[in-house]
Amino acid sequence: MGAESSLRNRFERGLAAPICLTWEITYACNLACTHCLSSSGRRDPRELTTTEAKGLIDEIAAMQIFYVNIGGGEPMIRRDFFELIEHAVNQHVGVKFSTNGTRIDRSAAKRLAGIDYLDIQVSIDGADAATSDRIRGVGSYGAARRAMDNLRDANFGEFKISVVMTKESVEQLDDFEALAKSYGAELRLTRLRPSGRGVEVWNELHPTLEQNRQLYRWLLDRPNVLTGDSFFHLSALGSPLEGLNLCGAGRVVCLIDPVGDVYACPFVIHDEFRAGNVRDAGFGSVWTNSELFRSLREPGNPGACASCGSYDACRGGCMAAKFFTGLEMSDPDPECVFGHGETALATKRVSIRPLSSPDHSRRVPVTLFAR
Amino acid sequence: MTRTTVDAFDASQYWQLSEQVSLRDEEFGALAYHHVNRRLVFLKSRELVELVRRLGGFESANDAVRALVAADQHDRYVSALAALNKSELLSGR
Repeated sequence: MGAESSLRNRFERGLAAPICLTWEITYACNLACTHCLSSSGRRDPRELTTTEAKGLIDEIAAMQIFYVNIGGGEPMIRRDFFELIEHAVNQHVGVKFSTNGTRIDRSAAKRLAGIDYLDIQVSIDGADAATSDRIRGVGSYGAARRAMDNLRDANFGEFKISVVMTKESVEQLDDFEALAKSYGAELRLTRLRPSGRGVEVWNELHPTLEQNRQLYRWLLDRPNVLTGDSFFHLSALGSPLEGLNLCGAGRVVCLIDPVGDVYACPFVIHDEFRAGNVRDAGFGSVWTNSELFRSLREPGNPGACASCGSYDACRGGCMAAKFFTGLEMSDPDPECVFGHGETALATKRVSIRPLSSPDHSRRVPVTLFAR
Repeated sequence: MTRTTVDAFDASQYWQLSEQVSLRDEEFGALAYHHVNRRLVFLKSRELVELVRRLGGFESANDAVRALVAADQHDRYVSALAALNKSELLSGR
């Protein structure tokens, strides 16, 4: 996908339906990753019922949304998980789901391998247990690797290994590439966002300017590594990375949470970015009519970035990264490759960093099972 | 993900929109999604969308282009179809 500017302008004004719709189907999770975007842990009793969830899938199909990214929480914890994904693929709505792998035993792997139009992303956050478990909890890396083994043994085909780029994991890029290769898997790297519980760890874990530069060069050399358009703020360094290279929030992207609330993107589960609820007039109505989404489709204000020659490349970066670090929308991205974001952060006299709302974190520490 | 080999595009032959592809109309044209190779392709004009939708109703791609596209645009649209075929959006008989 070339970043053709007329087409990009068109996308910035919004589409008839999202290209990339993420649906977190439950806040329940058996892990407690320190950077969880959705502050997941406890199931919300208001979670969409099976009937409501199927109705939503029917609407997604009618809107010709080609595929849905399913996440959580841990999506496989929902008892109707298979029922829902089968309902989607039977209507030609592809499913890409993101999992910690703990529920992919041999029999689940076999069942998954039998479903067409299904992509699986298994998450790890380090190329070794020590690094990954520091973020995802003791035993999580081993569980993810068993899931990968089971998918391979069940001949699932090309699954994805998904890694969030932290100060530590970004030093292991070649190891992740080798691991993916050993499974015949695809590698997917995404940006650490200060969203959800990530607000607590972002300062300590986000990559340095130099690490981001290295990551950019590494990705430019590897167009087959997937990023979900995560690193468009790095495109200010030169040639654009693969993808649309724009903030798609409310324009081509949005998120539906487990209770049916619709947010502008997966990284802004916060009252300020809630557009409506699918239980009221349906998802399509929120997508088309929400005042929030309409305002996000207005031309952006370059603000502090207006005088920077690279604004056209990075578009001022990620809205969520700014919001949760206490910056204004007109400020540079906190990880601006020219350091303007760091300057902006340093000059904020009082840094008020919004906490994620809602928060479904568990109140007691989690210890991972031996299954 | 299965990747099929693509037949060379011969405009004198029959072509149609692949059954694996969904089209969604948008103001600028349409989005096309290939459900097997997972590729998303942008059709950047409504004329091209119309041509692709009706392609399978003609004996050959040339016939379709002659019937649906202004004469001075024929080569451009044949090239556009060849590019779509490269992205596995079309299939032959």
